[in-house]
Amino acid sequence: MTSELAMVVAVLAPLAGAVLIAASHRHPNRRETATLATAVALFILVLPLLEPVMAGERPGTTLWEIIPGISISLEAEPLGMVFALVASFLWIVTSVYSIGYMRGHHEENQTRFYVCFAIAISSAIGVAFAANMFTLFIFYEVLTLSTYPLVTHHGTDEARRGGRTYLGLLLFTSIGFQLLAIVWTWSITGTLDFTVGGIFEDKVSPTLIGILLLLYMFGIGKAALMPFHRWLPAAMVAPTPVSALLHAVAVVKAGVFTVLKVTVYVFGIDLLADVHAKDLLLYVAAFTIIAASLIAIREDNLKRRLAYSTVSQLSYVVLGGMLVNEISVIGGGMHIAMHAFGKITLFFCAGAILVAAHKTNVSDLDGIGRVMPITMFAFLIGALSVIGLPPLGGSWSKFLLALGAARSDQYVFVGVLMLSTLLNVAYLLPPVVRAFFLPPPNAPGQHISFNEAPLACLASICVTAAGSVLLFFFADPLYVLLEPIVITTR
Amino acid sequence: MIAAHYAALQVVAPLIAAPLCVLLRRGIPAWLVTVAISWIALAIAIQLLIQVLATGTISYELGGWAAPWGIEYRVDSVNAFVLLIVSGISAVTAPYAHKTVVKEIPEDRHYLFYAAYLLCLTGLLGIAITGDAFNVFVFLEISSLSSYVLISLGSERKALTAAYQYLVMGTIGATFFLIGVGLIYAMTGTLNMADIATRLDAVENTRTVLAAFAFITVGLGLKLALFPLHLWLPNAYAYAPSAVTVLLAATATKVAIYTMLRFVFTLFGSDFALDVTFLAEFLMALALVGVFAASITAIFQNNVKRMLAYSSVAQVGYMLLGVSFFSVTGLTGGIVHLFNHAMMKGALFMALGAVFYRLGSVHIDRMRGLGKQMPLTMFAFVLGGLSLIGLPLTVGFISKWYLILAALERGWWPIAGLILLSSLLAVAYIWRVVEAAYFRDPATHHPRATEAPPALLVPTWILVLANFYFGIDTSVTVGIADNAAKVLLGSGG
Repeated sequence: MTSELAMVVAVLAPLAGAVLIAASHRHPNRRETATLATAVALFILVLPLLEPVMAGERPGTTLWEIIPGISISLEAEPLGMVFALVASFLWIVTSVYSIGYMRGHHEENQTRFYVCFAIAISSAIGVAFAANMFTLFIFYEVLTLSTYPLVTHHGTDEARRGGRTYLGLLLFTSIGFQLLAIVWTWSITGTLDFTVGGIFEDKVSPTLIGILLLLYMFGIGKAALMPFHRWLPAAMVAPTPVSALLHAVAVVKAGVFTVLKVTVYVFGIDLLADVHAKDLLLYVAAFTIIAASLIAIREDNLKRRLAYSTVSQLSYVVLGGMLVNEISVIGGGMHIAMHAFGKITLFFCAGAILVAAHKTNVSDLDGIGRVMPITMFAFLIGALSVIGLPPLGGSWSKFLLALGAARSDQYVFVGVLMLSTLLNVAYLLPPVVRAFFLPPPNAPGQHISFNEAPLACLASICVTAAGSVLLFFFADPLYVLLEPIVITTR
Repeated sequence: MIAAHYAALQVVAPLIAAPLCVLLRRGIPAWLVTVAISWIALAIAIQLLIQVLATGTISYELGGWAAPWGIEYRVDSVNAFVLLIVSGISAVTAPYAHKTVVKEIPEDRHYLFYAAYLLCLTGLLGIAITGDAFNVFVFLEISSLSSYVLISLGSERKALTAAYQYLVMGTIGATFFLIGVGLIYAMTGTLNMADIATRLDAVENTRTVLAAFAFITVGLGLKLALFPLHLWLPNAYAYAPSAVTVLLAATATKVAIYTMLRFVFTLFGSDFALDVTFLAEFLMALALVGVFAASITAIFQNNVKRMLAYSSVAQVGYMLLGVSFFSVTGLTGGIVHLFNHAMMKGALFMALGAVFYRLGSVHIDRMRGLGKQMPLTMFAFVLGGLSLIGLPLTVGFISKWYLILAALERGWWPIAGLILLSSLLAVAYIWRVVEAAYFRDPATHHPRATEAPPALLVPTWILVLANFYFGIDTSVTVGIADNAAKVLLGSGG
């Protein structure tokens, strides 16, 4: 199979999977086999693309031209490879986890759940391989719509309210700002193709570039820059596998991925160097990092705490993009992968605690480490990776981001990153401390037995936790892969 | 041989079929005649369009009487496109009509319904095809009178007041239009549009011509539901029989907009409209206010048909906004939206018709939990709604794209922002229905509904799929609209 065909099939495979899943809705076993098989097939399709991309090739294909000059096109490039690999690999793990979780938790409407999940993954892969801003926008919107039924899955008042915030904010930003920026870009340059070094050249004034930059950055609502971040905590009413894969990986990473794509391939980092709007965005990102962490400390609901942590971590990537130097952009790209593994582990653990112990709040976790030692140990690993301590993957991206800030002489943001690390400790370690060092409530002297989550859940947790460790030791290939995105003509 | 008379047949075929329905005196034969005639009309419209695109403007002398004295039918790419929209919608609506008519209208009036339907079709096609200013008025009255009848056939008693309201407003509009045409005739001595266009230049700066312009604009503004002259529309659409709502929502206002385009651009000329009158500024302001006011009103409607009716007023705003840019891109956006809006509103009202068929109501509370009971109907509604919002891969996106581009071309980026902002209002009202249908439990005291019959679903889904087909392959629609825009602005051929 050629690389071009593989990309097209990779986008279509989950859709075909969705049809299979829908067709076998009366047979849970067959349905879940279909999900798993599709996930594995997707990863097998994406993986071989890595070699040509590492070798410097950029396989691409145009599928259809909608308006003259505006086409649906796919192209594999380093940043997209990272995103596609992370999303497709973690889909396999999440599929295994979902089977344990959805059955263990007796969820309803499971077929709709798996179908929408598959469509969401298909659009995430589409975002990853989009060759121009228009194609990316299509998949971006499909991703929003396909995840909406997952957020409102439970059909309760709370779920509907959450869904309204979710859809409202994501569509408001994407249609109100992003689409305007896209049409504006097109009317100026006559192209929307992602090009190394950007597409604007010297056609426009720095002021207009600044306005466009603001429209793009706030328009990419999935990157959850404040004040457009509220959809993410609202999405936490969804079942945990959704929060884990979609709202820690696919959806939010599609957001920051788009931020980096726009920074590198639409504007180009050389062009942005003299644009003042990026300084404003740097401070917005820094504010988001700190403010979201402070909110996270006060959140007692574990999933909401993790959600605010995600809001904060997403702004790391925006910060990396807006620092506009080679190292910070690569750091931002690596953070997509590093944070994905760390945060999905944390969400998996939160779901496992819900299934096995029926607890959702941090304050209820006292002594739970004795009941669920494996889960809570994995939680510790995930937490340390998000905090950014060696020997875990998260330390590399944080290091590169800080280095990038220092290289741009923006020491304020080195300080922000360090402060954020301390805040991370303050909200991620208390659950672990409570779990292992505090006695369980009202059970003095009582015998405590192991009660871990179903095996499918536990296995998934171990895989992603191990992934966080491995990424520390094998971060170099990732760095090498991402390097070409910032090599400009300069 | 017969091909030479396509232009006449386009109007004559439904005109003759209407009395035939009355003679048949039975519902089903009359329905079959209506379906057959609608399809024939579509075939003729396609033929005319192909001819126009191949050889340029077609001129047909009715009865062999030469132009200034006789009536001329004149088809260029602008009205060929409108003919296609009207006959295309009718070709899908006619097969759909039977089931809903049986449900909503007493049996002894079925044949009259189809007769009125065909007369309405005749009028709409006639307005579009004729090249004679007075003849426009004649067909305008044919279509209006028949639509008053059609609306009053609605199953609720409120349909009568709705029809009466429309009758009063519509008659004022038609009268204004006629006064305008009369004034033009007084100044130029001709009623043939092509003739008027050449002779108006000489008398352009007279007060009479200005008055004619004003009368015609306001008269047509009433017919096309230009905000704030739209008051007749929500009730008319809400209480008309389902099939009538589909037909009128998808075609009637479009034809009135076409007539305005024809008079402003071809007869008066865009220079006159821009330099002497304030039409551009006037239209833009009213269009924008209309888009927002109508969309916000739509959000608060609980009768979903009324909701979509207000949405139609807003969508008319988009079309006029495109016109008000007075540029090729803007006009392309406006004209392509004539077609695109016909597709989306046709699909949405058809889905609602199917709901009404099963529930006897389109109140939002009655539609709770309908996503499970009528999955195909409601999914069609969702997809049509996405198109109305203007998400990529749908026709709605294409229209928005050109409108925004036109605004940016002029450097008016706040207007581009307003266009986008207004589409978010569509999200708000469409999503109220989606939430009710999919994420609320049905009220227990109502019986469970079953899926609509295929006779309703198939036409609905044809229009839904058209929303996506023409959203992905735009070469036909945008190609023709672009051509039409250039014809109107006189910079092409």
